[in-house]
Amino acid sequence: MTCSRRDFLKEAVGGTLVASLPLSAFTILSPEEAKAAIAEAKVRWAFLVDTRKCIGCGLCVTACKQENDIPFDAPVTRTWVERYVVTKDGQTHADSPMGGRDGFIDDKIRDEEIAPEDIAKAFFVPKLCNQCDNPACVQVCPVGATYQTHDGVVLVDRDWCIGCGYCIMACPYGVRFFHPEHKVADKCNFCYHRITKGMEPACVQSCAFGARRIANLRDPDDPVTKIITTERVAVLKDEYGTKPHVFYLGLDANVR
Amino acid sequence: MNEELIVHGIEWTLKELFVYPNEYIYWSIQIVMYPYMTGLVAGAFVLSSLYHVFGQKQLKEIAEFSLVFSLALLPVAALPLLLHLQQPMRAMEPLLTPHFTSAIAAFGIVFTLYGLIVVSEIWFVYRAYFVAQIDNLQGAPGFWNAMRRGVYRALTFGARDVSPEALSVDKKAAKILAGVGIPVACFLHGYAGFIFGSVKANALWMSPLMPVIFIMSAVVSGIALCMLTYIIIMEWQAFRQRRRGGAVAARETKGAEVEIITQSTRYLLGFLIAAISLELLDLIFRGYTAMKSWDILRSVMYGKDFLNIFVLQYGLGNLVPFVLLVLPGRTMKRTVVALLLVLFGVFMMRWNVVIGGQAFSLSFSGYMHYHIPIIPHSLETFKEGVFGALTVIATPFVLFWFINKFVPSLGRKVQQS
Repeated sequence: MTCSRRDFLKEAVGGTLVASLPLSAFTILSPEEAKAAIAEAKVRWAFLVDTRKCIGCGLCVTACKQENDIPFDAPVTRTWVERYVVTKDGQTHADSPMGGRDGFIDDKIRDEEIAPEDIAKAFFVPKLCNQCDNPACVQVCPVGATYQTHDGVVLVDRDWCIGCGYCIMACPYGVRFFHPEHKVADKCNFCYHRITKGMEPACVQSCAFGARRIANLRDPDDPVTKIITTERVAVLKDEYGTKPHVFYLGLDANVR
Repeated sequence: MNEELIVHGIEWTLKELFVYPNEYIYWSIQIVMYPYMTGLVAGAFVLSSLYHVFGQKQLKEIAEFSLVFSLALLPVAALPLLLHLQQPMRAMEPLLTPHFTSAIAAFGIVFTLYGLIVVSEIWFVYRAYFVAQIDNLQGAPGFWNAMRRGVYRALTFGARDVSPEALSVDKKAAKILAGVGIPVACFLHGYAGFIFGSVKANALWMSPLMPVIFIMSAVVSGIALCMLTYIIIMEWQAFRQRRRGGAVAARETKGAEVEIITQSTRYLLGFLIAAISLELLDLIFRGYTAMKSWDILRSVMYGKDFLNIFVLQYGLGNLVPFVLLVLPGRTMKRTVVALLLVLFGVFMMRWNVVIGGQAFSLSFSGYMHYHIPIIPHSLETFKEGVFGALTVIATPFVLFWFINKFVPSLGRKVQQS
């Protein structure tokens, strides 16, 4: 068999191209797996925050940091509590020092003293990842390291995240940050390791006032689901089209 | 500070008023450098294509130069991204497991495609030269010459046919590649604009005009850098020739060609006008529609970043060079000043987009200020500081010096005679 140099090069290039087709990109599913992927999941996790019950003690933040190995004194956090003070002149003053971890023991907001008689209303708003149905962070991840599970929670694969920060930029709620030790994107996942084993998220368990509760929206008998479906709840920043799944009772228009 | 408490971004972010706890300036100077360098690559290539595709004969010399220069710039477009990643060892993952709903995922593919086009176009343009060098260096003494000959032999890939037919095939191939390269170059950069423009969470970035603005300013900066480097190199060569004295051919002492500069300037001004018009349209539209984010955007643009945007970018970076280039009686020195200002203006535009987009909190009730690290005290403050940026700026010139040893792109006729 003769083979000219040109032919050899042609075949070699063609062969390499074919061989380099990433076969590993395709996964062969077993019939059960395929069925599970198509069938509607039995669980859709959601969260209910009752702002009227929150007293701003910050125990949820402490519990979260300890449960999820977020360095305690690092100024990043998976969940945080915001304090809002609306004065009678219509001004909104808000802060969240250290994410509200140590409670709000100082009356001053950023060194500004507000006289009690000037206050029209004041309240606390806990925040966490909204586990959106249309998550912007998942859309923009260039490597698929952040993904949505079948039960609605968005997770981050620490072994695959390249640390580009695009997901942090894409999140309208500012829930994402770089983990100081792992150097990858990090965020709240409703304590996925706990809720999938029948336990409550750490912040829910630590809240003595029932301001934080977890729900399975697919379970009509779930008491929290009943509240979400029958009472008047609101979500944060729905104008971004992300379809957030943290619902709020008593959400004020001044909340950012 | 304790190592585990060093949060990315904390060292250069200063918060003001109400900012969410996790918000920092996560995209810093390297992300300013990324679209800047990509823009230079794309612009340099477009300039070279003006000759190869549209046959602008006056641009022949600068076209070859800018083609080779765009190759030197090419690896540097990816360098800032690498320096910025928190996990640089995983930099190949976007190629291995691209997640195509992400704008960044396509970067590796577009970038590689574009790199192949540039390299093959250079190969077709220079193949005859490589073959000639093999003959010229035949039997030349010394290890260096032997090595050079070896490199040229390898560069020809065994294609040593320099018959007129073969050369015309080369020319045709280069023309086709240059033609294909223009849309790919625009895509490469337009999509860098898309990376920003598609972030719906960021009120400043989100705009469908962003990719087009990026392309226009990319071409402006690319042309400006090529013209500037061309003038400096040619004047330097002329200066050295004059210093050596003796009988030097008139052509060699002439330095930069006035017609080349005049012609390139015309293109530069055209793209500059397009870029400014689009940017102003974007600004006016935001002000007129006054969406929820306009209050904070206005306070950033007309207040905190006024100096950066209106004085440094539009004034010093656009208006002044525009006047300098348009006024009659333009000299080479004035052109150089204008080109430097144009480059500075485009840099400020990138800065104002990337850093300006993070100057306000997602809460729309607070601000973040970026303090670029100057003296590094850790790898991170080096990478994302002044010295990291200077490294990125210096690299293409070092690469060009090296590539130019084998692929001389300036004054080729002088060397050959």
